[in-house]
Amino acid sequence: MYQYDVIDREFLTDRSNEFRHQVTRRLAGELTEDQFKPLRLMNGLYLQLHAYMLRVAIPYGSLNSRQARRLAWVARTYDKGYGHMTTRQNIQFNWIKLKDAPDILDALAEVDLHAIQTSGNCIRNTTADPYAGATAEEIDDPRVWSEVIRQWSTLHPEFSYLPRKFKIAITGALTDRAAVKVHDIGLILRRARDGSLGFEVIVGGGQGRTPYVGPTIKQHLPASSLLSYLEAVLRVYNRHGRRDNIYKARIKILVAALGADEFGRQVEEEWAKIDQGRADLGDLELARIRGAFAQTPFEALPARSEAFEAAKAASPALARFARNNVKAHKKPGYAIVEVSLKAVGQTPGDATADQLDVAADLAERYSLDDLRVTHAQNLVLPHVKLDDLPAVHAALEAAGLATPNIDLISDIIACPGLDYCALANARAIPIAQDIAKTFADPDRAEKIGELKIKISGCINACGHHHVAHIGILGVDKKGEEFYQLSLGGSGAEDASIGKILGPALAADRVAPAIDTLVDTYLAARQGEERFLDTYRRVGLEPFKEAVYAQAD
Amino acid sequence: MPKLIKLAGPTGEQAAQWAENTFVHVADEDAIPEAGDVILSLARFQAEGDTLLSSNSRRVGVRIEPAEEVEALAYDLPRLSVVALAFPKYRDGRAYTSARLLRERLKYEGEVRAVGDVLQEQAGFMVRCGFDAFEPNDGATPEAWTKAANRFRHVYQRAVDARPIAADERAQAQAKEGAL
Repeated sequence: MYQYDVIDREFLTDRSNEFRHQVTRRLAGELTEDQFKPLRLMNGLYLQLHAYMLRVAIPYGSLNSRQARRLAWVARTYDKGYGHMTTRQNIQFNWIKLKDAPDILDALAEVDLHAIQTSGNCIRNTTADPYAGATAEEIDDPRVWSEVIRQWSTLHPEFSYLPRKFKIAITGALTDRAAVKVHDIGLILRRARDGSLGFEVIVGGGQGRTPYVGPTIKQHLPASSLLSYLEAVLRVYNRHGRRDNIYKARIKILVAALGADEFGRQVEEEWAKIDQGRADLGDLELARIRGAFAQTPFEALPARSEAFEAAKAASPALARFARNNVKAHKKPGYAIVEVSLKAVGQTPGDATADQLDVAADLAERYSLDDLRVTHAQNLVLPHVKLDDLPAVHAALEAAGLATPNIDLISDIIACPGLDYCALANARAIPIAQDIAKTFADPDRAEKIGELKIKISGCINACGHHHVAHIGILGVDKKGEEFYQLSLGGSGAEDASIGKILGPALAADRVAPAIDTLVDTYLAARQGEERFLDTYRRVGLEPFKEAVYAQAD
Repeated sequence: MPKLIKLAGPTGEQAAQWAENTFVHVADEDAIPEAGDVILSLARFQAEGDTLLSSNSRRVGVRIEPAEEVEALAYDLPRLSVVALAFPKYRDGRAYTSARLLRERLKYEGEVRAVGDVLQEQAGFMVRCGFDAFEPNDGATPEAWTKAANRFRHVYQRAVDARPIAADERAQAQAKEGAL
């Protein structure tokens, strides 16, 4: 993993001192809330319904055990004992006092964590495949490039006051676990026919009010030209992105207005004028960063673990966990272990301080001190020996972290919703809990197979409902919470935007409607089809009829 | 006349100081004074700039709004003493790009001045993008400006200033280590 050096650390100290100074001025009344707001936002501090919320960056979703324990400590000391994983691989603390924020940032800086640019109209935390460095399908390690972008984008002097927020995601694998096609910029690492490394560059995807699957504007950008090309994209956006209407200010609106071809042409024109020798990172620094991720001391192990096979045969719970939460690793004898934060009845994505400590201990002991956060709001132990799986499973089970439901119907993405968020129209968490209860039978969930439900409490779509197999959007109907269902979205490599099923439903009708949708799917399913495949084959109508016929 | 802060000293360790503001911002609807240094809008400059520059010895500057492209000045830059880049709202970040283009692409060596909603919180970014003069509207003193501009000991990306970026510092440290 990348280790901060003295430069990275001094930078965080300077940032922390700057913010402490600003908070002091705010508390002394020298700064008005209006003046202070953008400053606190650039440090991840939001004012929510009940308290301040602090969003801490987890660059490319990667933590070591010391960092995870410090997050647990913050949850215990300054919050109500838990944190919430976000769809951008960050963690949010929902009950923060303003006067504590500088101390928290100091405590985080001690373990190389920060909240820089987790909000504001700037380049946000870059996200990446949570299986980076562990999956065999990887063409190159996206963490290397994410770290390059992390440094480049940190307090960028030209691009810190963009028209709107700006989100970049990277995958090095064909299976897209980073939702790259619905980001402001999505990068897919590719090898050209001559073997040279490059990126497919997708610009102008997004969710929110106007969802788009982003178009590809460059098929093969030589990897070493990444920063100069990003500079060109950001410059075209900074100059020409709309600033008159907050809802039309994202880059997707500019790309759609110009057309992808014209936007791409303008980027090429700008790129040609940039001194690439100056803008791009030198080979030496690139090698230093790459080296930091390469030093993973895997052992030579047999591909099959007799201990694991025997334990599985003896324990149906472990066998079920292995079927759903254990994924193939690039090295024989190792596995990627998904840790679900979606236990029935739990708030999706919440982890208690004790659970974070358990995850930290397991990462340190069993996963080369590496812990990941996924955009689906779960955790990952990326490098676990098959031999250790029974012990890891037992420890997870004891901590309430062994829910065997990855990518199944109860692995629901949900935003904080009206329980916390000042922007929300409706609650998201109780809806997720209702659905999880409805499908609590793990045999049925496995029979249903991969089904991604995502819930947003408002049109801003933090819960990614547009790209859900079944999306749920909370709307306000004359002061009452209603929920609009959409089908057929995907945030993965087969990205698509879901279609609205019909009129919004009252809260108590959502889980029964999902039940109906699932029954309709199971009746129509051919072979091993996923819900999404069946939907794409049969279309919206049968689902619509089933749900609304029941209502009449 | 707004107070003016200017950077002085060698690049990289510049301190901000009060400076005499000899320029008058002339609104489009106002007459141009008989004498004295003036800053005009781009449209006004394009209409009347040639006459002004050739008729007397006063200095002329142009004010560029965020939506206007600095490339429009490419031909006139050698004759301009000031390019004033406007921040109608401090959250409008287009002038940072304009400043960089003036310095890096158009090789402008005159004064690049930040005018409008100019706050000390922006000092670091402005200096890095090539601004060297500021009309702060938050009452910032040169001391506060200098402090804000130099708050960070390290930077991560190349800009207009000649500061070594983190990668340069690391390479230097490594070279030193190798030499020992």
